[in-house]
Parts: sequence; C-alpha cells; structure tokens
Amino acid sequence: MSVRPRRTLLAAALAAALALTGACGGAAQEAGSGPVTLIVKTFGQFGYDGLYKEYEASHPGVTIKEENVGKLGDYTPKLQQWMAAGSGAGDVVALEEGIISQYMAKPDQFVNLLDHGAAALQPNFLEWKWKQALTADAKKLIGLGTDIGAQGMCYRTDLFAKAGLPTDREQVGALWPTWDAYLETGKRFMAANTGAHFYDSSGGLYQNIVMQQSDHTYYDTANNLVIDSNPAVKTAWDKTVAMVKAGLSASIDQYSPPWNAGFKNGTFATIACPSWMLATIQKQAGPENSGKWDVAKVPGDGAVRGGSFLGVPTQSKHQNEAVELVKFLTSAQGQTAAFKAKSNFPSSPQAIDDPAVQSFTNPYFGNAPVGKIFGASAKAIRPVYLGPATVAIGDRVTNALTAVEQGKLQPDEAWAKAVDEAKRLVK
Amino acid sequence: MAASPVSTKDIMLVIHDRPKTATRPAKASTPRERGSFLSRVDAKGSPYLFVAPFFVVFAVFGLFPLIYTAWVSLHKWDAGGDAGFVGLANYGELFGDPDFWNAVGNTVGMLVLATVPQLLLALILASLLNQRLRGLLLLRMGVLLPIVTSVAAVGIVFSQIFDRDAGMVNGLLGLVGVTPVDWRADKWSSWIAISTMVNWRWIGYNSLIYLAAMQSIPRDLYEAATVDGASKVRQFWSITVPMIRPALIFTVIVSTIAGMQLFTEPLIFGQGTFAISGGSLRQFQTVSMYMFEKAFRDFDYGYGSAVAWMIFLLITILAVINFLITRRAK
Repeated sequence: MSVRPRRTLLAAALAAALALTGACGGAAQEAGSGPVTLIVKTFGQFGYDGLYKEYEASHPGVTIKEENVGKLGDYTPKLQQWMAAGSGAGDVVALEEGIISQYMAKPDQFVNLLDHGAAALQPNFLEWKWKQALTADAKKLIGLGTDIGAQGMCYRTDLFAKAGLPTDREQVGALWPTWDAYLETGKRFMAANTGAHFYDSSGGLYQNIVMQQSDHTYYDTANNLVIDSNPAVKTAWDKTVAMVKAGLSASIDQYSPPWNAGFKNGTFATIACPSWMLATIQKQAGPENSGKWDVAKVPGDGAVRGGSFLGVPTQSKHQNEAVELVKFLTSAQGQTAAFKAKSNFPSSPQAIDDPAVQSFTNPYFGNAPVGKIFGASAKAIRPVYLGPATVAIGDRVTNALTAVEQGKLQPDEAWAKAVDEAKRLVK
Repeated sequence: MAASPVSTKDIMLVIHDRPKTATRPAKASTPRERGSFLSRVDAKGSPYLFVAPFFVVFAVFGLFPLIYTAWVSLHKWDAGGDAGFVGLANYGELFGDPDFWNAVGNTVGMLVLATVPQLLLALILASLLNQRLRGLLLLRMGVLLPIVTSVAAVGIVFSQIFDRDAGMVNGLLGLVGVTPVDWRADKWSSWIAISTMVNWRWIGYNSLIYLAAMQSIPRDLYEAATVDGASKVRQFWSITVPMIRPALIFTVIVSTIAGMQLFTEPLIFGQGTFAISGGSLRQFQTVSMYMFEKAFRDFDYGYGSAVAWMIFLLITILAVINFLITRRAK
C-alpha cells in the first residue's frame, strides 16, 4: 500500500520540474534587453574563438555559443532543415558562397541587413563579394562577407626533396606558371618513384581549375544551365583528365578518412589549397609534421574558390544583437583576426591591405608568407558567377572524375554522364 | 497485496457487484452505486488508457508523418516551401528515373546478399549453441555483442577493413597473390563489403531468436528420431526447422524490412563530401539514400516524399510475398 502515494509524489515532483523548466525557457526567450545567448552555426574552421571573447568582454550580458559542423557537406542539409522547420538555425549562420547562391532566390528567410544600417559598410567589402549576398533588385542584403577562398598550392617539402624537385616556395611556384606546367612537374615527380602520388583527388583539383577559367561556370548570369556550352568547364575537365591519365592522382575522396590520414602519411605531395584549407591541413597533419607542408603560388591565374558569409535568419529571437555580432565579426578587424587564427583570407580590402595581413607568416607552413601569397592571388581575382545548383552539379562532375580515376568510365563517357545528370537535376 | 492493489480490488468488485446490480432495482445514486459506476468505467475504460501511450506515440511519430509525407509527395515542394499541387507528377517522373531504379536494384541485391547468408549462418550457429558445450552462457552472450556495437562504429571499422590502399582484406588477399580490389568501384565488391557489415551485426541476434525457439522443442522428438536411426542432419531438417517455423518467418520479415531501409552502413562506406550518392556511379546507393539525397541535398521535398512512399510500397509488396511463400510452405 505504501507504493502508490510515493509514486504519486514522484509524478507530481516530475511534473512540477517540467513545468518549471518550461517556464524558465519561456522567460529567457522573452527577455528583450537582459542577458542574451547568441548561437552561431558554422562549418569547418572560422577561427572566431578569440573574437567571441573580445565581443563578450565589450558587450556585458551577451554570451556567444558556436555550434560547429565539421564538413560543409553535412552542414548544408542541416541548415536547410533548420530553415525549413523555422527553428534550430540559431542567431547567426555561416553561408558558404555555394549555399548563399541557393538562398538568394528566397531572401525572406534572412534578416535584411540593409534595414540595420549595413549600407554604410559597403566600402568594407570587395565589390563582387558584397554583390554575391545582394538581391538582383539591390533591396535586400542577406549576408556580410567573411573570407574569400584565395587559391594557393600546398606541397610536402620532404616528398619534393625526395623526388629531386626544389623545395623553396619561390622556386616551386616557378615550376608551374600554368596547369600544363603543373602536369609536367607531376610527371617528373611520379618518375622519381617516391611511393606518393602527386595530388590527392581530381575532384578538388578540378574545382580550382574551373574557377580560374571564366567569369561563370555551369550557369550564365541569367541562370541558364550552360555546362555543355561553356568552354571553360570543358577546358577544366580536359586538363584534369590529362592529369588522371598521367597517373598523378592518389584518387582519394576529399574529406574521407584516408584523405585525412594522407596529410600525415604523405600519401600525396601537393593539394590545391584555397586559404581556408590551411587550417584543415594543419589539423590533419598534426604538430609532428610542422614545417613539412608549405604553400606556393597556384598554377594559372589567381582566382577564388569558396569563401563564406554570415547571415541572421529571421527565426532568430535576438535579431538586433545578432546583426551587431555579424557586423563585428565581418569587420576588417574581425577578418584580420580570423586570418591570423585560421588563414581564412579577408574579403575586406582594408584588411587585405593591412600590413598585419600582408606581413603575416604561418609558422606551421615553414613561415610561409601566406598574407603575400594569397594577397597576390586575391588581387588577380575576377569574380565568378555561381548559379543556384552549382554545388550539386559540382558534386556530380566530381563523381564523374572519380569514375574516370577508378577506370570505370572513359573520359568522354564520364563527361556525357556528368552533363546528363546536371540537366536532369536542373530540369 | 501491496504490490497489486488495483487488480485485486477490481476483481473483488466485479464478483460482488454483478449479482447485486442485477437483482436490485435501480435506486437514486447512493455512494455505493456511484462507486460501482466508477468501477465499471474503470473496468471498461482503463484498458484503453493503458494501451493509449502506444497509440498516441504511434499516431504522432508514425501515422502523422506517413500521411503528411503522402501529402507533400503530391506537391512541388522545395526549399521555399509548398509551390503548388501537382498530383501524381512526382510519381510519374520517378517511374522514368534511372537513378531510382538503380537504387532499387542495389537495395534488393544487398538485401539478398545480406539476408540469406545471415539467416543460414544464424540457423547453424543456433543449432551449435543448442548443444551441450563448455561455457555455454558466455558463448550465448558473446554472439549478442555485435548488436550492442553502434552502427556508426561498425561502418567506420569495416570501411577501413575494406579500404583500397590500406585495408586488411586487400592485405590478406595480397598474401595469396590477388591484386588489390577497389571495393568502392564496382557493384559486386561494394555490395559484398556492405553486406558483410550487416551480416556481422545481425547474425548473433537472429541466432538467439532461433535458439529460444529450439529450446522449446520437446526433447522426446529427437529421442524418438534417434531410436528410428535418423542422422543429426536429418533431425535438423525434419524436426528443428519445421518446429521453429514461426521464428523463421519473423526473422525473414524483420530482416527484409531492415534490408529495404539500409542506410547508415553504405553511407559511411561511401565517404567523402558526396557520400550520399553511394559511389561515383551510384554503385551502392540504396533507396533510403536516394530519398535523402533528393530531399535534403537537392531540396526537392516533394520528390523525396514520393521516393519515401515508394519505399513503403516496396516493403509492403515484399512483406506480402514473404507471407505468401511462408504460408504456402506450411
């Protein structure tokens, strides 16, 4: 008989506890000017830890929590779900340039930053970077630029030495003024039989080449699919296929476990590295390989690949505070700090010209003057127009290249397949 | 007494009240009558209350999503939300979609490769565990270990075992002079790798179900068969297998359904940023992966929902076929 009352008590206590936590949650959300916790959603490495501390110190009552998803490929569908569900996206979201081109068609999901006085910030950003987040009618701005993916070419000095190639970054850069010269260097490297391949994955290399070829890739500026009529895409494809045929590729999918391990084990000697990739290389290769990786100039003309924005979803309950944080993080000063932390190259001309950026060297990469290398690449930039499904089409082209690497398709069959899949995707 | 006050009270009330209410004419409600009314509500209504949690949870997490998915599948529904009713257009397109049928073929192929050896091996393992052995409890517990392992861990470890450059399987094959296999490049090789994960994980679970069924077979059947001179193998096929038929049917249906929903193992095996495509040429993309790709990579929710409903229909068809075969075998 003694069992029941105790159970009832327990249930009552539980119910009360639930009601209490519910009440607390509600109260915290309604508070307008009290303590605020801002949730920032990011992928990869943004290098904001120091900036958060600085901001929290200067803004009492604001707590910042970053929730990071490692791979961009995992982050994109999650972000999509948060946006569709109307909750979960937090207060600030990172938008990669491929993602933002998708959201430009539905700008209402994001706070219009022009309503929050962002127009005055326009001179702080490269013009094309600003325009990537601006709607066609120039009335809505859904994000402020963080970094641009200025291109470089990372290489393993120990493997280059083993193959009898120069290891000094100036001389290495001089080896490949063009991608054709890069191919020739690769053949020399492979002939030396070091046991390693020349580069990691044709998909990654292709992405870099295609961004240098023209001012647009799979779409023209009217959003028509031009994958099979744009000579730039085919040129990049052909150059990549030539490298596969020469046996240069280690044929390892980017962001797979063998790829991560490859940085440590020296499975490949070079990797096309946009500025944001340096942090990944450093993390995967680990402190024991410090100084083995170095950065040289990218073959071909300078160009960008990747780079991101920060936006505030309209579902945020602290939009004003979130916009202020975005302004702070994307300011020239914020971009410089992120560059120093994780080599994410600034999209603000003031930050690019900042001597702190220009003279910055990265100790992990043999004190490479990354500010100068990526700065030179950034200056030569022609903005590239991306369309709505650029990421998804890029994935399909990458798969086709993988099939060529695996020897499952002839290059022209694979090309036809990629074009066909892109057409079916866009419809 | 203290442990089950409700049921004893109910039984007593039922026994005592029934004759009284039947013989005595109805009176204005006395406290006693009210008590009997409440107890009748209790007796009639409370069972529904007891089973309610299941049905409520099922309605919220099972039925509602099912119907809502059907609703979405009849619309053009993308990242921006509902963009209009399109009837069966999504399904029409699906029937002409080579990637969908490729995924169906992959799923069924891996289903066969995973289910048939899995159940046969489980049967053999169960009959071994049904013998008198040393450390029997330890062995029986041991076969359950794989099911305790997280599926992600299984996927990661087996992906390394089947790695092209540094995998253990290729290492062993190299010892006998076989050239390394690029496991992800072909259908047959990737299917083998993925089915191995499924088999490894589920054989122990199924064999325990068989074992439980085998233990309930009367021993005298075997004794009589032994007296008649039947061999162990003959006893197995003529006594054991027919006697555990219900368990066999159960495992066949459950592993068929699980096989049709195969997702995590091939996804982790795929690796890379576009792993959801299941290989460069979709060598091992299952229908669940295709659904996920359409809904959450391409943001085509309407089409993804249509794929989800096709998976549901396919599972239903397979379950009915299973049922018919097993019934005919009676």
